[in-house]
Amino acid sequence: MDKIAQVQCDIAVVGGGPAGIAAAVTVAESGGKVVVIDDNARAGGQIWRGGGAVKGQPREAACWFERLSKSGVQVLSGARVFHAQAGILEAETDRSLLQIRFGKLIVAAGAREIFLPFPGWTTPNVFGAGGLQALAKSGLPVAEKRVVVAGTGPLLLAVAAYLTEHGASVACICEQARLSDLLNFGALMFRFPKKFAEAIRFRVKTRHTSYWTESHVIAAIGKDRLEAVRVSQRGHARDIPCDYLAYGYHLAPNTEVAQMLGCSVREGFVQVDECQQTTEAGIYCAGEPTGIGGVELALLEGQIAGHAAAGDADSAKALFPARARYRKFVRAMKETFSLRPELAALATDDILLCRCEDVTVGNARKHDSWKSAKLHTRCGMGPCQGRVCGTAAAFLFGWNIESQRPPVFPARCSSLAAMSSFAAGRQINGGPQ
Amino acid sequence: MAETLTVYVNGRAIAVPAGSTAAVAVLLAGNVYRTSVSGEPRAPLCGMGTCFECRMEINGVPQLRSCQVLCEPKMEINLRG
Repeated sequence: MDKIAQVQCDIAVVGGGPAGIAAAVTVAESGGKVVVIDDNARAGGQIWRGGGAVKGQPREAACWFERLSKSGVQVLSGARVFHAQAGILEAETDRSLLQIRFGKLIVAAGAREIFLPFPGWTTPNVFGAGGLQALAKSGLPVAEKRVVVAGTGPLLLAVAAYLTEHGASVACICEQARLSDLLNFGALMFRFPKKFAEAIRFRVKTRHTSYWTESHVIAAIGKDRLEAVRVSQRGHARDIPCDYLAYGYHLAPNTEVAQMLGCSVREGFVQVDECQQTTEAGIYCAGEPTGIGGVELALLEGQIAGHAAAGDADSAKALFPARARYRKFVRAMKETFSLRPELAALATDDILLCRCEDVTVGNARKHDSWKSAKLHTRCGMGPCQGRVCGTAAAFLFGWNIESQRPPVFPARCSSLAAMSSFAAGRQINGGPQ
Repeated sequence: MAETLTVYVNGRAIAVPAGSTAAVAVLLAGNVYRTSVSGEPRAPLCGMGTCFECRMEINGVPQLRSCQVLCEPKMEINLRG
């Protein structure tokens, strides 16, 4: 039987990335008892993956890690929330079950990469763009590896710079967005000196790598492992030999926990008021789940949520102007990096959509909704619970994939059994959505 | 050179940089692929705990996402099924 740990706090924070750290530190510095529940082995989220132990983190990250360590915040690492209801979260680590009772909750669950299916996308050594960076930050040597970076979004340049800095040879960066849109985005960036300087630094580091716009990967070539990728460089196909492909089509928010608590979601994002409070009283949301805006916005939203949850409305208000400024990026990124329709044409009927249950695009396409595809094909019913294929299906078929039921993360039977006795009288819904 | 530690991937000793995740150990072992439900070889995709392609049995606990587990000395990482 698993160990069951009971935790009690004033404010619980789900997610230990920049938004979650900022929120937790802000509350704790005003005297509240705060617990952070984070899926990763160390706090920092993906952008500061590995936490203070990793060399080369930005100075701002080091400041927040120091404040976190002095704040008295309890960080429960390696714990994923699988069930939430009013006042109670349930989370699992690899060895134990955590039952957390909270007064208020701040959801800062971050985002994941969007992976679109294309021929060969299940070949080993085809990674996410942030995925390969995360693995490199987690110890994978990339020196002398030939890498193609592809997809869309500002992350591509950051990843290419990181890999180059660590000795990889980045053959090219394929960005599907149009040059004219990227130039407009660059013009907006120019008004944010810190962001602009960072982009210039990334480009200087990758100065020997071609940056192709209106270009994308059309196939991964190789049987048991990647040998080359075929890219469309503005309509011209060319094969590029490589060891790794790092690809991703920007980010999708992790809204599952907020949705399970009944928070309203619009166009995929958690709805919040000016104090970052969701449509549910006492439940706040900060960072990427409210709109993909980057680390600066996440830190501001986290602090505002923290102040508001701690009852300090004036301190929250003081940060509104800075937040409004950085929110310009949310819309600009959405417009600049919107996906071109021809990317959907790469997902032909014979290739896999759902990698957990090996369901083809063609079999899923026969259905008229996400629910129907799940019920009839098991698409999205495997361990990732549609976090990969559901996001892809939303783009390919225009399906609404927003319904959530507990458990929102795979959990052990013993945890589910303990959950039912913990919250006696409450019905557990199993089966397909 | 960074400090290293030794773990076992399918019984084979693999040296990994300290602070590495189990997924990195599996990638360094080379040619160790999970088999999908239709028999395809699979390796990590997302690197951050979302896709479940990297799941392994680690120190006897099945179905763990190896990208979210830090290596410990003598850790046993095995493919199952």
